[in-house]
Amino acid sequence: MQESLSKRCTVASDVVCPFCGTLCDDIEVDVKDNKITDVRHACRIGTAKFFSVLEEGRPTKPLIRKNGVMVETTVDTAVKKAAEILKKSIRPLLYGWSSTSCEAHAHGIAIAEEVGGVIDGTTSVCHGPSVLAIQDVGCPSCTLAEVKNRADLVIYWGCNPMHAHPRHLSRYTIYPRGYFRERGHQDRELIVIDVRKTDTAKIANKFIKVDYGRDYELLGAIRAAVNGNEINAEVVGGVTKEEIQKLAEKLKNCQFGVIFFGMGLTMTSAKHRNIDNAICLTKDLNRHTKFSIMPMRGHYNVTGFGEVLTWQTGYPYAVDFSTGYPRYNPGETSANDVLQRGEADAALIVASDPVAHFPRKSVEYLAKMPLIYIGPHHTPTSLLADVFIPSTFVGIETGGTAYRMDTVPLYAKKVVDGPKGVLSDEEILERIYKEIVRGK
Amino acid sequence: MEISKLSDEYTKATAICELDSEDMTQLGIKDGDNVKVSSVAGSVIVKARNATQGPHKGMAFIPMGPWANSITGTGSDSTGMPPFKGIDVKIEEAKAEKVLSARELIKEVYRGI
Repeated sequence: MQESLSKRCTVASDVVCPFCGTLCDDIEVDVKDNKITDVRHACRIGTAKFFSVLEEGRPTKPLIRKNGVMVETTVDTAVKKAAEILKKSIRPLLYGWSSTSCEAHAHGIAIAEEVGGVIDGTTSVCHGPSVLAIQDVGCPSCTLAEVKNRADLVIYWGCNPMHAHPRHLSRYTIYPRGYFRERGHQDRELIVIDVRKTDTAKIANKFIKVDYGRDYELLGAIRAAVNGNEINAEVVGGVTKEEIQKLAEKLKNCQFGVIFFGMGLTMTSAKHRNIDNAICLTKDLNRHTKFSIMPMRGHYNVTGFGEVLTWQTGYPYAVDFSTGYPRYNPGETSANDVLQRGEADAALIVASDPVAHFPRKSVEYLAKMPLIYIGPHHTPTSLLADVFIPSTFVGIETGGTAYRMDTVPLYAKKVVDGPKGVLSDEEILERIYKEIVRGK
Repeated sequence: MEISKLSDEYTKATAICELDSEDMTQLGIKDGDNVKVSSVAGSVIVKARNATQGPHKGMAFIPMGPWANSITGTGSDSTGMPPFKGIDVKIEEAKAEKVLSARELIKEVYRGI
């Protein structure tokens, strides 16, 4: 931190933004009397995240449900109650993790192992299918710095970074000047493939409109053209044969191409098979030129949870400890499946909001069981909680490690102190773990 | 958006259904009208909005949130991923019905269970 005499405040520089998987690390934050007064370089959403620490009515005291009503309590009592719920439970679900630090993840995984629970991240409702495909066929990827310095052809397929990752284009893919792309966007081409003309598509050099749910067929046809095979149809997924052949030639003839993909591929009917085909297209293109592929990871540390869980258990999400050792079978051990089969009998939700983001049927089950919620805000999930322990914001009020979407770890630093008495996710989870193993 | 999910702003940004202008004319719906969106999983009242990223005749978009998830289905085809996209829905005008806030939606639908 540096003193800014002209503004009479402290300026924190090179701050990592804890919003999306782009993990911008060039943010400047002005702090006066432990209050954030200005945020520079961040996008609109990132700026709002920094200012959300000042939100009116922010919870600072733990709450516990008594006779149907949430009442204030101490951290010690809330931690004890949370530990009691988890110890009593036969099949607890520990879910979330994408908006907290890797240090907190480690404690969460230790709890899951201790109580024989199922631990799953928001990956399972985001890029879970991408993980399945990567496990099937590998993933020729790169870092975002390589994209910035080398890429001359960028494809966004089924994603809309202008809204979801607002600085992705300006920091890494299209607009920056790179070592081999000295003229910035003039040295690069942007292609967007989507079911509608999104705001990202509007600024693209080329927009290809694919029919809904036909990405798999279109990917297959592009692969056929890249590999010199005949396409036995005039139109595939709403795109003409001629256009597909032209696109294939363009892809083969670039110097360094990259495909970024999002929920338009992972959530549509073919799910992991879409990603499988997109990765295989990338592999095919590497016979002609250099090509990479990367998932557009959403929350700022959803990648980190996959990394920590993998190095601790061998699996990146949907891990079941009920047999005493880690078992991984998405579709069976993933959060929504465990809930919709009515198996879970308690839940610990950390740094995510499944009540807002899970299908109704899953939430109906979640509403029936004792629910512990750890997070900085009141959310739809906190409304259903039986124990709510407010926590500090990682990357603003607490430091912690986070992984960028290209699996580069960055340390998200603390810029202000959190509200008095409010602990970090890491500290709360460590205390719950200690309470669970006490006397063992 | 990085605002409280229990705020009015979140409801305004998320309790909406973006429709193609041709579809809206055919259904007799205007921008800002309340509509009832129903699937096999359930139904929800949201505000109809003229699509800004169209045209996309035959497709409707509801942002991720408790309103969209009132109509998303079950199962995951053994992948862990629920069916969040490509859901068949019926859309009808519901001017007399109210768009619930996130708090009302959660309490009415789930806390009563």
